[in-house]
Amino acid sequence: MSKHFVRVEGLSKVYPSKQKDTVVFEDVNIGIDKGEFVCIIGHSGCGKSTILNVLAGLDEPTLGVVTMDEKEVSGPSLDRGVVFQNYSLLPWLNTLENVNFGVKARFRDWNSKQVAEHSSKFLAMVGLSEALTKKPSELSGGMRQRVSIARAFATSPKLLLLDEPFGALDALTRGVIQDELIKIWGETQQTVFMITHDVDEAILLADRILLMSNGPNARVAESVVIDIPRPRNRANIIEDPHYYKIRNHLVNFLINRSSDELPSADGEGGVTLSVNPARQEIFKKTNESIKAIAAN
Amino acid sequence: MASLNARAMLVSLVILLVLGGLWEALNQPPPASKQLTEYELMMGAADQQARVPPPSKVLAHAWKELSNPFYDAGPNDKGIGIQLAYSLYRVITGFVAAALVAIPLGFVIGMSPLMHRALNPFIQVLRPISPLAWMPLALFVIRDSEQSAIFVIFICSIWPMLINTAFGVANVRSDWVNVARTHELSQLQTAFQVILPAAAPTILTGMRISIGIAWLVIVAAEMLVGGTGIGYYVWNEWNNLDLNSVIFSILMIGIIGMLLDMALGTVAKLVEYEE
Repeated sequence: MSKHFVRVEGLSKVYPSKQKDTVVFEDVNIGIDKGEFVCIIGHSGCGKSTILNVLAGLDEPTLGVVTMDEKEVSGPSLDRGVVFQNYSLLPWLNTLENVNFGVKARFRDWNSKQVAEHSSKFLAMVGLSEALTKKPSELSGGMRQRVSIARAFATSPKLLLLDEPFGALDALTRGVIQDELIKIWGETQQTVFMITHDVDEAILLADRILLMSNGPNARVAESVVIDIPRPRNRANIIEDPHYYKIRNHLVNFLINRSSDELPSADGEGGVTLSVNPARQEIFKKTNESIKAIAAN
Repeated sequence: MASLNARAMLVSLVILLVLGGLWEALNQPPPASKQLTEYELMMGAADQQARVPPPSKVLAHAWKELSNPFYDAGPNDKGIGIQLAYSLYRVITGFVAAALVAIPLGFVIGMSPLMHRALNPFIQVLRPISPLAWMPLALFVIRDSEQSAIFVIFICSIWPMLINTAFGVANVRSDWVNVARTHELSQLQTAFQVILPAAAPTILTGMRISIGIAWLVIVAAEMLVGGTGIGYYVWNEWNNLDLNSVIFSILMIGIIGMLLDMALGTVAKLVEYEE
């Protein structure tokens, strides 16, 4: 656990009130390795967004610490780029200027030509070379989110935080941008932490999926390793023999088990699961020992 | 079918002709029953009742005034252009001074909830005071009628700008502020690169309200302080019983007020954005 690039330890968020304090989530432990793509799924109200905002430095936890690269996270930083669900583009700037805004903040000694070249390169990666002078209001939702993604990648943060980036998009657009995200992630090998509600999206993108139980008192209940080989795309992924096994497991969790009382255990989440049978055996054993420890 | 603009213009023209025609028709002197001597004509003997001059006379007078707007024949006889220039100078000086105070102060109030609460009682008490109520105090303290008029413009234009700036700054979407925070922008950079452009349309709205009020107030202020300016001119012509000039200057006040608003409207268009 101590070797992880990003470490979330004992994180809790409590909203105090006169009658009864509301514990949104408690004792959340997450470890993310360098270059890993981690998705987190859970029902609304389990505090996923709060966890992401704490990682970003925009919110503060009641208890617990977040460290990245052996340094404690306190306050926002360019080392952690954020893509918000509502795009968060500045409406008075055009596409290129919005990306320039991020690049200028990151590389403060660059001249305007270097900034524009760098921004254009990342806008080309998301297929927006034709829309450089358009204002956000003239772009579709999908295009706006592409600009936002380009801005985040162009600042080359050490950790990229995506807060339901495709939540407001229609299914077709979402698919296209997911493929683009895989491509750009493959080229840059970013460490990514992403919130999503979409099980298929999580399987397509993630190395690992964290499942959260329902709030209040939410926890990270399971950590599911997705060992479907890369490169993945929407067409070939459903042919993988493990795909539906994973999918059923996730859906089953969200529908049946997310509201159950889960045994608290040390380490990350309660249960770790892999669909690879050989690995599954190992995890089964560790789970049993974890439960045994928890029972004592 | 002609465009909406063309049709609207046609209707405007019809309204103008009807109202102007009524005004013209209702203000004709009665026909004289007998030939009057030159002396009787001069004393208005033909018409015992004073009448509002009809538009034909006002327009003729306007033509005369506008063809030589900058003449200066002593303290009580200056061209309309000179009078308007004095008024504009006072309005613009007072307005710019007010903007220099109100916009930075509005930023502080908008960004700091503490300052908002601390300053709010002062604003609420000072804002409803009629700007002309300040005039005696201003005359006593400043001891200069010209500068007192400018002060009155300053004090009346400050409130809409202050309140709108504070409102615009306080209501900048938190997403945009978060963008600034995640990009490690300093307070000053955030203020200029994110909050100012985000609040600019609201600030400009405040400035338009302010310049409108300033132009309303200058007329009254100049009636009080006298000497020069369009307000003084209106009152002076009333004392001269020259209603032609009074009506003409009323029209000029309206036109200049419209131009001031249009100028700021053009600036507002430049900073507008669509979400």
